[in-house]
Order: sequence, then C-alpha cells, then structure tokens
Amino acid sequence: MFADYSMAELMSIFAMQGFAGLTLFSVFVLMALGLAIIFGQMGVINMAHGEFMILGAYVTYLTSNIFAEYAQNLFSIYFFVAMILAFVATFLLGALVEWGMIRFLYKRPLDTLLATWGLSLILQQIYRSVFGAREVGVTLPDWLMGSVALTDSIEIPINGLFVMGLTVLISIAVFIMMFRSRWGGQVRAVVQNRTMAGAVGINTEKVDRITFALGCGIAGVAGSAFTMIGSTGPTSGQLYIVDTFLVVVFGGASSLLGTIASAFTISQAQSSMEFFLSGSMAKVLTLLVVVGILMLRPQGLFALKIRR
Amino acid sequence: MSHSGFRSLLPQQDMVYFAILAALIFVVFPLSMDIFRLNLVGKYLTYAFVALGLVLCWGYGGILSLGQGVFFGLGGYCMAMFLKLEASDPEATKIQSTPGIPDFMDWNQLTELPWFWEPFHSLGFSLLAVIIVPSIFAYIIGVAMFKRRVGGVYFAIITQAFAAILTILIIGQQGYTGGVNGITDLRTLKGWDIRSDEAKYILYFVNGLLLFACLFIAQYVRKSKLGRLLVAMREREDRVRFSGYDVANFKIFVFCLGAAFAAIGGAMFTLQVGFMSPSFVGIVPSIEMVIFCAVGGRMSLMGAVYGTLLVNWAKTTFSESFPELWLFAMGGLFIAVVLAFPNGLAGLYQTWVAPRLSQWLRNIRALRPPLTTAQSRS
Amino acid sequence: MLTPSRSRSTHSPLRRRLLQGMLALPLSIMMLGQSAFAAPATAAVNTTGLAVTDTTVKVGILHSVTGTMAISETGSVQAEKLAIDQINAMGGVLGRKIEFIQEDGASDWPTFAEKSKKLLVNDKVAAVFGCWTSASRKAVLPVFEQYNGMLYYPTFYEGLEQSPNVIYTGQEATQQILAGIDWVVKEKGAKSFYLLGSDYIWPRTSNKIARKHIEKLGLKVVGEEYYPLGHTQFNSVINKIKLKKPDVIYAIVVGGSNVAFYKQLKAAGIDMTKEKPVVLTISVTEDEILGIGGENMVGAYASMKYFQSLDNPNNKAFVEAFKAKWGKDIVIGDVTQAAYLGPWLWKAAVEKAGSFDIDKVRAASPGIELTTAPEGYVRIHENHHLWSKTRIGHAQMDGQYKVVYETADLMEPDPFPKGYQ
Repeated sequence: MFADYSMAELMSIFAMQGFAGLTLFSVFVLMALGLAIIFGQMGVINMAHGEFMILGAYVTYLTSNIFAEYAQNLFSIYFFVAMILAFVATFLLGALVEWGMIRFLYKRPLDTLLATWGLSLILQQIYRSVFGAREVGVTLPDWLMGSVALTDSIEIPINGLFVMGLTVLISIAVFIMMFRSRWGGQVRAVVQNRTMAGAVGINTEKVDRITFALGCGIAGVAGSAFTMIGSTGPTSGQLYIVDTFLVVVFGGASSLLGTIASAFTISQAQSSMEFFLSGSMAKVLTLLVVVGILMLRPQGLFALKIRR
Repeated sequence: MSHSGFRSLLPQQDMVYFAILAALIFVVFPLSMDIFRLNLVGKYLTYAFVALGLVLCWGYGGILSLGQGVFFGLGGYCMAMFLKLEASDPEATKIQSTPGIPDFMDWNQLTELPWFWEPFHSLGFSLLAVIIVPSIFAYIIGVAMFKRRVGGVYFAIITQAFAAILTILIIGQQGYTGGVNGITDLRTLKGWDIRSDEAKYILYFVNGLLLFACLFIAQYVRKSKLGRLLVAMREREDRVRFSGYDVANFKIFVFCLGAAFAAIGGAMFTLQVGFMSPSFVGIVPSIEMVIFCAVGGRMSLMGAVYGTLLVNWAKTTFSESFPELWLFAMGGLFIAVVLAFPNGLAGLYQTWVAPRLSQWLRNIRALRPPLTTAQSRS
Repeated sequence: MLTPSRSRSTHSPLRRRLLQGMLALPLSIMMLGQSAFAAPATAAVNTTGLAVTDTTVKVGILHSVTGTMAISETGSVQAEKLAIDQINAMGGVLGRKIEFIQEDGASDWPTFAEKSKKLLVNDKVAAVFGCWTSASRKAVLPVFEQYNGMLYYPTFYEGLEQSPNVIYTGQEATQQILAGIDWVVKEKGAKSFYLLGSDYIWPRTSNKIARKHIEKLGLKVVGEEYYPLGHTQFNSVINKIKLKKPDVIYAIVVGGSNVAFYKQLKAAGIDMTKEKPVVLTISVTEDEILGIGGENMVGAYASMKYFQSLDNPNNKAFVEAFKAKWGKDIVIGDVTQAAYLGPWLWKAAVEKAGSFDIDKVRAASPGIELTTAPEGYVRIHENHHLWSKTRIGHAQMDGQYKVVYETADLMEPDPFPKGYQ
C-alpha cells in the first residue's frame, strides 16, 4: 500500500490529504449546521434542505450575472453580496414554509419528512422551469481561483481556504447565537419544554419560525459557497441529503458540537480511505462504518442527557 | 381455521372490502384493459406489496422505514439472478469470451461465475432466497436497532443510509451485479417465455393472488393480539414494556414481515417488467413507496393498495399529458396528504363516504320486510 | 349550336381514336408524374399496420424531460424536432408528413420500457428516436426486439451491443477512444496516463479499451479510479494525480460531477493550458461546458466526432437552423448532432426501401449514406453503427472547442473489438 511512495511523498500525501479532508469537513459542517438546527433543535426532518441549498446557489448565479452585466468593476467582491442575498432569500422562503406548512406538523415529526419531500419536488420543478434543466456555472472572481504553493508537492486551493474560513465564521456565529444570545436561550427552552417555555412568556411560534428560517438561511449560504466547488442544477440538492442527515445523526442530533465532531470524523475517514481505495468503495465503507457505529451507539457521538 | 375464527379475522364489512378489491383486480381490470395497461397495473401492484408492509410497520407499529427499496430490490435481484442465469446458457452466449456467464460479467473480465451466483441456478433456492435474504437482512437491522431502542426518526434515517449504501455498492460492483444498467434482458422461466402476452396475463393473476395472500396475512396480524400490541407500542411504548412484553421482538417481527412482503413485490416486479436495476433500491423509490402508503391511508390495508394504484396512475397520466407539471402535482399531493388528509384515502372514505353509504344501506333495509334480512343472514 | 368537340366528333372513327390517344397521352404522363412525385398507396408502403395514413406517418420521441437526465436529453429532443421539421418542409417521407408523439422517460428506466411499449403497441409508430443512457437503452431493448420496432439511439456509448432493432447514431467506444489516444501520443509525446471515470459501465468499458490500447503501444497507465455518479469531492484523486505526475489525465466523468472535477482541478493548480499534463476527455461536450464554465475547462482536449465549431457548409446551416429554432444562446454538443442524424437516416432508409415496414427499413439501412450530415459524411455499417470521423477539439475560453485534428479516414465501428475485451 505504501510501498509505491517515497518517504517525502508520503509526507506530502498526508499533508494534502489532510487538507482535502479539512475541505470536506468544511463542506459537511456547512451542509449540516442548518440541518442540525432544524432537525436537532426542532425535530423537523427537512428533506428539502438540499433544495434550500440549491436556492442559495441559484441566487449566487443570478448575482454573478447581474454584476457581470452592470457592475463589472465590482465583480471581485460580488461573492459577498451573493452570500448575503442567498441568506436573505432562503431565510424568507424558510419562514414562509414554516408558516404555511411546518407549524402544523410539530407533533408529527415523521410527517414533516413527507411534506418536505413534496416541497422538494415542487422546488425542483420550479428551478427547472425558471433556470432550465441544464446545470449552470458560476463565474468566480479571479482571486478565488488557483492555489497557494507551500512546497513543490503541496499546494493549497484558495477556494478551499475560503470555504474553510466561511465555515469557521458561520460556526462561531451560530454558537454565539445559540449559547450567548437571548434568542438562543429561548430556542433551547422551547426545545426542552414547549409548554413551560410558553408559560414563562416565550412566543414559541415566533421562536420556531425564526429557528427554521435561520436553518434554511444557513443552508442558503452553504449552497452559495458550494458554487465554488460543485455544480448547480435543479436536482443537485438531492445529492447532499443523505450525507447531511448522517452527519447530524452521527453527531448526536441535539448537539451542535457533536455535529462538528462528526463532520470531522466522517470527512477525515473518507478522505484518507479515498487515497488508498477507489472512490466508490471509500464512500461505501465510510457509510457502513458510520451506520455500524450508530447501531452500537444509537444516540450518536455527543448526546444530551434528557429524558424521553 | 374454524368458521368463527374466520369471521373474527374477516368481519362482514372487511369481507365486503376484500371482495370489492378482488373483483376490481381479477375481473374489472382484466376485462377493461388491454394487455399493455394490465401489465402496467401489474407493475403498480408490485409496489402495493411494499405499501402493505409499510402499513404494518409504520401505520400500526410506528416504525417508519425509508429503506423499503432495499428489500424490494433484494427480492427483485434474487429473482433476476435466476432468470439471468437461465438466459445466459452457453448456447445463447457463445459469442462471449467466456460462454455461460451473464453478459455483463463477460464485459467485466470475469471468467467464471462468482460463488454467490452459483446457487441461483436452482429455482427452488432462488424462490426461497427471495423471501429469506431480505428477511435476514431486516432481522439484522432490526435486532441492532430495536434492541437498543432506536426508533422513530433515527430509524428512518439509518434505513435511508442503507438504501444509499446498497445502491452505491450495486453500481460500483458492476461485474457482480450488472451495475447501473441492472440485470436486463430476462427471457424465460424454466423455458416459459415471460415476455409473451399470455405469460403476462398469467403473471398478472399470480401477482394478484400473492397480493391477496399478503393481504390476508396482514389482516391476520392486524386482528391478532400482535396487531393490538403494535398499536399500543406506537402510542405508549414504555407502558407495553412495563406490562412485561419484549417490545423489540414484536418490532423485529413486523419489520421482517414488511421486508418479506416488499421482497415478494420485488420478485414479481422482475418477472413482469423483465429487468431489475439499482434505481429501485435507492432513496427516491424508497420514499415514493412511503408516499403510496400515506396516500392510501397509513392505517388501512386496502388503502395501501388503492393509494399505490392511484399515485402510479396519476404519475403515468400526468407525465403523459403534462410532463413538465407532474412534479408539481406529485409534490402538491404529498403536502396535501400530510396537511389536510393525514389518513389518506381511507380517512376520506371513513369520514365522507362510509357514513352516507351506511345511511343509504339502512334506508334500503328499512324498506325491506325484516324477515328477509333474517333469512339472508342465516 | 355545335361545340368544337361535337364538330370533331363527326370526323372519321380512326381520327377520333387518334385524337383520343393524343389527348390521353399527356394525361397518362401526368398520371405517371403523380405516381413518381406524390405519395404511393398506403397499403403498399405499410403492410404491417403502422400508424401511416395517406398524408402522415407517426414517429416517437422518447427522452427524459423530467428527472436527473433531463439536463442531458433536452438537446437531443430539440435536434430531433428540428430534423423532423426540416424533413416536413421538404415534403416529408414518401409524401407523408411526419407527426411525432413525444413521451417522457422521466429518467426512470422502467418508465422508458413502459413508454416504448406504448409507442410501439398503442401508437404503432414507424420509428422511435430516443434514449440517452445505456441503462435506458438496455431497458427498452427487449421491448423493441419483441414488438419489432426501430430505435435511433444518439449517444456515444460503450459498445458490446448490436441489435437488429437499433441504429446507433453516436460513436461506440473504440471509434471515440483509439484515435484520441493515438493523437495524444503522437502530438503531445504522452508516455503515462491516469484514467478516471464515473462509476458505471460506459466509463469502465471505455477505460478498459483505453488501457489495452495504451499498453499495446508500450506506454504506462499509472492510475485508474472511479467515483460514484454525482460525486462532488475530487480532492483526493487530484492529489494522487499530482503525485503520479501523468502526462495525460484521461477523464470520463459525467453529469454534475464534471463541474466539481474541473473546478477543483483548476483550483488545485493543475493548469490545463500548459504543456503537461494534458487533459483528454470523451465525456465533456459543449453542453457540459455550459455548466462547468469555459474558464474552468479552457485547455482541455476532447475526442469525439462532432464539435459545434466544425467548419463545413452542412454544419453552418445546421447551427444556424438550430439557433433560429431554439434560441441564439444555445450550444450544440456531439450527442445533439447525432440525435439530429436519426430522422434523416430513417428517411433515407425508408425511401431506399420504398416502404415504412420495419423489416424493409432494416434491410435497407446498411450502406445508407448521408452527405448532408453536419459532421460531414456518414454511412451505416452492417453492424448498425455509423462510419464516422473522429476529431480532437481544444477547449476555448468561450466554451467552444477548436478542432485541432481530424482522422483522415472514416473510423470503422467495432462494437465487439477483438483484443480489447
């Protein structure tokens, strides 16, 4: 297995694979954070999570087109504008969906799965009607392309670094909001005991709506970031859904820290296996190991001790 | 089974429903449709097996599996392996570099049949495998999950992961499984051409009979103590456990039963459609199967069959007339079923049709002299 | 009053007969002309109960309009509709206008089988233009063989198939691969190859042929790798490529994965505009570049039979007509052009056979030539594939390929290549 490579090569393999793993980790965290809030905190199974991400990606695509058309000189910073717009768009759609659909289903978590699956089909068809069935490409500003060469054999892609930085920022923001803000306290109170939270004067409906919308908004930002590495088509969202749910469940659904830990474990495992096995088999093995561990430890890596 | 036992299994009202469905499947459809449409209905009905299993698991037991496609696929693949081996006798495959093995193996440089294909030369083994393999698989998953009291949403997501794993595995190991194309070009069953119109009629009726066999088994489970325990577990699992029942075993049993139903459906699918491919194993078909069940009404065995027929009919019709719109229609249907009619077609029937029907029946009976009713009862 | 004719009728009987004969002559010439230029009797050209009337003939179009494959198949539908329009404008086939019935395969293989059966059994179409993926073709194949239909299949594919009921208008694997590898070895001095693909039959079979050919030339394959369809993380394989430093990255990645692969390749600092490594693909047409983005693809080479930029009068007219019908921003890829050939090849075969009967069309098909094809000259081989040239395109910034090489002769289709299995 290692015999084909020299020592120096092995070192750079590990360095580069470690970095590839970190990129994958960032991708997983971005995908999973929104879901961890929606699923972990609210117990809603949002099968349309991928479609929310794709909405963010399409918003980015539109923004890039508008900038290319009308504000060519500002093109290098359009990405930041696009991410904000993506957040706003998905946040609003999330709030709308919560108001129109999810709020009737809090007592029936499995039914949210079916309803949001229906929603995902509708969104897919809307994307197809509006943007066409073909995948669209987003033009990146020049500074996001290319790579930084550390040594001869170690090169770090800039967009990977960008995704990582974004992940760190969003994670910190979410943590501050969840654990340091008044709103976060309310969310946690509602999660633990809805009736009591209502009794002490928390507007649970409003908290629910904002929580759901926020989860969707983060998905939108994730989708926006993914235009740098992946494709944007009407059905691209479905590709992410299994991975995302597994990351959240593996981490222990109600723990945000767990989500991050599980994203780290899964991504590192997958990227190191990918180097020595074929891509398909690495994926199968990773999924099998995750499912295997979940069977032994169903509560996931980090579980809150709460009575059910 | 004694007469009274049969009565308790199938009360008069249920008997009427069974009879109506039987009339529909065995008389109305075959008489009113050409073989092309009938074959389609036959294909739809194979999904009804899965929906039936889901009524027991999900509607009664509260266990939602998003991986029923795995069992449907395993059953279908077991059948397809037998048929493929029969279709690849050395005579028919003599242009290959290794005659006598399935064509896709030859393309992937396999020079001999893999060991796990060998037993599928035997029809008896294959038919057994159709039931046994998925059941064992379900048993392993069931033991691992239910003994550790994993349920609800977690179970749904883990079963979904299994669907993803099996799909990637089948596609990746194409030398052994036929890959993304699946196992295609199946011709004969013990020399009997399954592609002829006559065979399709026969397979349709076999399929219908098997569906009824499964319906009766499901009805038996529903009416037995197990059925009531399942409902009790769904509502208050702790209390059933505290009453001294081993909750996990019941769940495992009903999950395995659902898997076996799905597998029979898969095998019949292979026979009627003539191929099996990983696109019936994955996440999307698995969720669609849950939808069939939900549309029919998750608590109703009959509803599962009608729901499957309705959704598939709508899918075919919509995609024929408005290909661009059918996803809207399907999506809307799912949301509507969950938000407005949580008990599906069966619920609609119970609230709207049944009361009027019984009122109407009562009116008719009131017109008759009471003696006749008594006579007909005896 | 005597009319002139009456006055003539008073002449001798002999003269009358002569006159009648002279009058009849132009009439009979007119009749002859009609039978030569207008539709022959339906009973004569359709003995098997196909949907042919005195003025129309029905054909089927069977592609995915919905689902994951809709992205790829849209172009084929457009091309087939364009060809049918043009044929109708020229007077149709055997004097009959073509009417098409379009069915949606919905990216679902049993649906393809189901719809093909509907087209053949219920609609009794004279030909079907359709399918895209191998899986869908495999699913409909038994149906076409059972009900004796005729399918025109447009996609380049892995070969290993030769059905009497299919005309393959795209290239089979050897046509596409061998010339490309020969070219990269000769022109770029390539010595080592890294084979990469999506994990299913076409990339695997194609890479198998590529590997055999590379090894026959005495050169080296330094890696071979497959990723699941829809995979979007290629960092690991890119790292491996960087370590192995192959001269050629031979990529057969399909669908959405392409976008991720080329973007990440560029981000990882592999500059395809430089001399080495050369990226050679057989799966990225102009259609796919639309999603990948020209700036991420620039410098890569593709080997296939058609590029939109092909410089010949046929192609100019085709591209113009295509854009006039479907919008000026549209791009045309290899498969789209192959789909466009379908109706024309069928028309030629029907006219050669003088009949719509499937068996007669099949018998007439081998040897059918098309000099008006956008890709140039094509001819149907006995094995139902097309003789065609293979070209190498060099990807440009604007998402188009510049044709840098073209085989001198037509490549013979060889779906069961000896020595490559």
